[in-house]
Amino acid sequence: MSVLERAQAVLPAPREPIVNDFSIAVATVNGTGSQTANLTLLRSFFRLGIPVHGKNIFPSNIQGLPTWYHIRVSREGYVARKPPDILVAFNPTTAAEDVQGLPAGGVCLYATDLKNLPQRDDLVYYPVPAAELLAGLEVPVKRRPYLANMAYVGALAWMLGVPLETVAEALAAQFEQRPKLVEDNLEVVRRAHAWASENLRKQDPYRIEPMEKTQGLILMTGNEAGALGAVFGGVSVAAWYPITPATSFMDALRGFLSELRRDEAGRPTYAVVQAEDELAAAGIVLGAGWAGARALTATSGPGLSLMAEFMSYGYFAEIPAVIWDIQRVGPSTGLPTRTSQGDVAFAYTLGHGDTKHPILFPSSLEECFEFGWRAFDLAEELQTPVLVLSDLDLGMNHWMGRPFAYPAEPLKRGKVLSAEALEVRGGFARYKDVDGDGIPYRTLPGTPHPLAAYFTRGSGHNEQAQYSERPEDYARLMARLARKFETARRLVPPPAVELHPQARIGVIAYGSTRYAIEEARDRLRERLPLSFLRLRALPIGPEVGEFVAAHERVYVIELNRDGQLHGILRAELPEHAAKLRSLAYLDGLPLTAAWVMARLLEKEEAA
Amino acid sequence: MKETTPLKPNAVGLSKKDYDGAPSTLCKGCGHNSIASQIVQVAYELNLKPHQVIKLSGIGCSSKSPAYFLGMSHGFNALHGRMPSVATGALLANHTLKAIGVSGDGDTGSIGLGQFKHLLRRNLRMVYIIENNGVYGLTKGQFSATAEEGLRLKYAGTNPFPPIDLCLEAIVAGCGFVARSFAGDARQVRELLKAALSHRGTAVLDIISPCVTFNNEDDSPKSYGYGTQHEKPLHELGFVPPAEEISIEPLTPGEVRLVELHDGSHLRLRNLEEAYDPTDQMGAIRRLLDAQARGEFITGLLYYNPHRPSLAEVEGLGTPLAQLPPALMRPGPERLEAVLRRYS
Repeated sequence: MSVLERAQAVLPAPREPIVNDFSIAVATVNGTGSQTANLTLLRSFFRLGIPVHGKNIFPSNIQGLPTWYHIRVSREGYVARKPPDILVAFNPTTAAEDVQGLPAGGVCLYATDLKNLPQRDDLVYYPVPAAELLAGLEVPVKRRPYLANMAYVGALAWMLGVPLETVAEALAAQFEQRPKLVEDNLEVVRRAHAWASENLRKQDPYRIEPMEKTQGLILMTGNEAGALGAVFGGVSVAAWYPITPATSFMDALRGFLSELRRDEAGRPTYAVVQAEDELAAAGIVLGAGWAGARALTATSGPGLSLMAEFMSYGYFAEIPAVIWDIQRVGPSTGLPTRTSQGDVAFAYTLGHGDTKHPILFPSSLEECFEFGWRAFDLAEELQTPVLVLSDLDLGMNHWMGRPFAYPAEPLKRGKVLSAEALEVRGGFARYKDVDGDGIPYRTLPGTPHPLAAYFTRGSGHNEQAQYSERPEDYARLMARLARKFETARRLVPPPAVELHPQARIGVIAYGSTRYAIEEARDRLRERLPLSFLRLRALPIGPEVGEFVAAHERVYVIELNRDGQLHGILRAELPEHAAKLRSLAYLDGLPLTAAWVMARLLEKEEAA
Repeated sequence: MKETTPLKPNAVGLSKKDYDGAPSTLCKGCGHNSIASQIVQVAYELNLKPHQVIKLSGIGCSSKSPAYFLGMSHGFNALHGRMPSVATGALLANHTLKAIGVSGDGDTGSIGLGQFKHLLRRNLRMVYIIENNGVYGLTKGQFSATAEEGLRLKYAGTNPFPPIDLCLEAIVAGCGFVARSFAGDARQVRELLKAALSHRGTAVLDIISPCVTFNNEDDSPKSYGYGTQHEKPLHELGFVPPAEEISIEPLTPGEVRLVELHDGSHLRLRNLEEAYDPTDQMGAIRRLLDAQARGEFITGLLYYNPHRPSLAEVEGLGTPLAQLPPALMRPGPERLEAVLRRYS
């Protein structure tokens, strides 16, 4: 039986339509340009007003290994990972396994040159003769594989009912000012759509209908949003060393700076340095922060470990710095292109001795942008390194979000003394707690006053910044730094708390896991009412203890093996430690609502 | 107390004493102290405003030095070997500051070799002084990467490895001002320091600065005795400030060379060695290797190239980034809207 005959074979009658509620997994070979095709699909749904989210599940490799793109279409607006209903099988090496992973009633849309595709009676199969559809198209050989991927875009457009003009708009948005590329790609989409219309019969229940749920929203990656936030936070010096998944943060930052940060003469009002390693990147950031410029670096776990010594220095010498840690899977090189929340315990106390850092946890595009600028205010107000913990899922994937609110507050530069202020005060002691909040005053190099200078060192010092090994000087200094950390509790963003009036059970989480948890919470509303506290920063404020106190049990859900945040919260809330339960998940993939629901129900039944 | 410090104010109204730092805690007779005193002298003579100077260091005996000069300047005692990155950040934040970095041979030649080389690649505008004694003093007597092969030290034994010549490393890395001197040769150190402060990019001064405690036997090439007996200057140096009229002493033509520095000052070189040309990169490398092979201790301006732009020039920086007004740091709401439109 030919592929076409097989496809046309009698299948069960189509079930009730499933409209705007399904997941697609596109399985392709890394390096074949499938990202264009996948983003075209994503943007097409988005343009039709349907909530959508895409996750790139890719290998640490340039070409040849398997890669998947998961698109979730959800009329209800859920964006967490959901196992696929529809498979685009364009990778021969994974096709068998991918097909077996589909649920009954699923769809397999496959490239006709795939051999030995497993045949299941409970699936709908649609062939796509991608190579044949390119026949006669005059494009360079090297671009043919890229264009072949557009064939599944056309076939899916037919299958789901996506208007071709929407696909054209999505393509045009992607290839601004490159009409030839738009036309070539669109031609393949049209051919595939026409071929499918003429040769296939729709057997599956999935389709889309335009909605009005994405009007006014933007589609962006978390790394782009964070970088844009940093630009509106006044970042002036950025130094980094390439590492996935932080690289796209710096690429975006460089682009936005070049566009947005120039003086009247057109000169840049910023400097970006690709450092020789993460040690140097951290040193550049501290040097710039010390001298009065807002400075940041972006890295991931392995890079963060190299920055530890400098961050310890920054904490002790009290120098503002911002570090974006786009978390990936460890330990060590781990799974470098997969997501986790495995750095939180390490980041919180990054350094040696008694070191503690404020940490911000963005969980959406809006928070990536907001924390992008707010991190600088905090770092300068507190005169200390501030870490922003994002992750690969949030950072590198495309998310929907509301357009960002322009920062409502002016830049907060902290306690910096000018020459005039020094004159009035008759000098200053660099490390003296004048205001009782643990935050001393500082001067910037270049301040034209004979009393401005002080000496910065990572070794013991007294209030006048002189070297000191006196026990009372050290004890006073460390006590003040602890006091400053207490001040940080008031300055960092408070958690987002959503209480359910009947909930006996609470959930605490942070970052990108919120989407799976929110979906699980909604679906469990009748069966197991849940309150949700989304932590937005460390150190915690009083809200967290109050939240735990108000519930019988509180589950801390996170993407790491050992329940790192759970450990931190138990230590910070010893009086509530018995109520805090860990639900930790780690296999490299983003969390699903199904896992959260199953685990919560299982735990609660056992409780 | 015997008063030797001239109290006469310089052009910016400061006496030499105003350039002092804290009392040194280094060993009595340490070469680093004499370098610190030359920095004080030079800063006074060049009329530097202390608030416009930053002094940076890494970790080690040498790196303590910045505490001992220019007490009215901001100082930064960084991590071991990683002062270059801190200096890079500080000078990107404010490229109008004058930076004096002090490092040691362990700091620069071992843990910091990577940062040192990359500092030179980027050509940060700063004076980078290596107080080089071939030994780790603060950890009490281990060999550093610049210790000569075969050197015997009381605690460390015999050094089996060849030294890293930091001047060669600097020249190879593209540094435009590379000089070697000897802490016991105060005049040469002083003139080189002045010229280094006027250079457009990174100026490396590798100053042999004997360790009186762990490496001062006369047969050690980094001891006082050896330096005093074997120093072989390539030229006599004289610094001519920008405002001063340049006069060529009546010497045989060809013996005197004037090197114009970035700020309009000049370095007058009277060649002691026939036809030594400090602008010839290959010649400088050859001469250093030749000296190494012969066990010679040559000093002076080894290599000079004023043409490479400094990092701040490459970056095209105008107003110091640390002094930007808020309006230049945060673009307006309309700019944000314009960006977001592209993502809708």
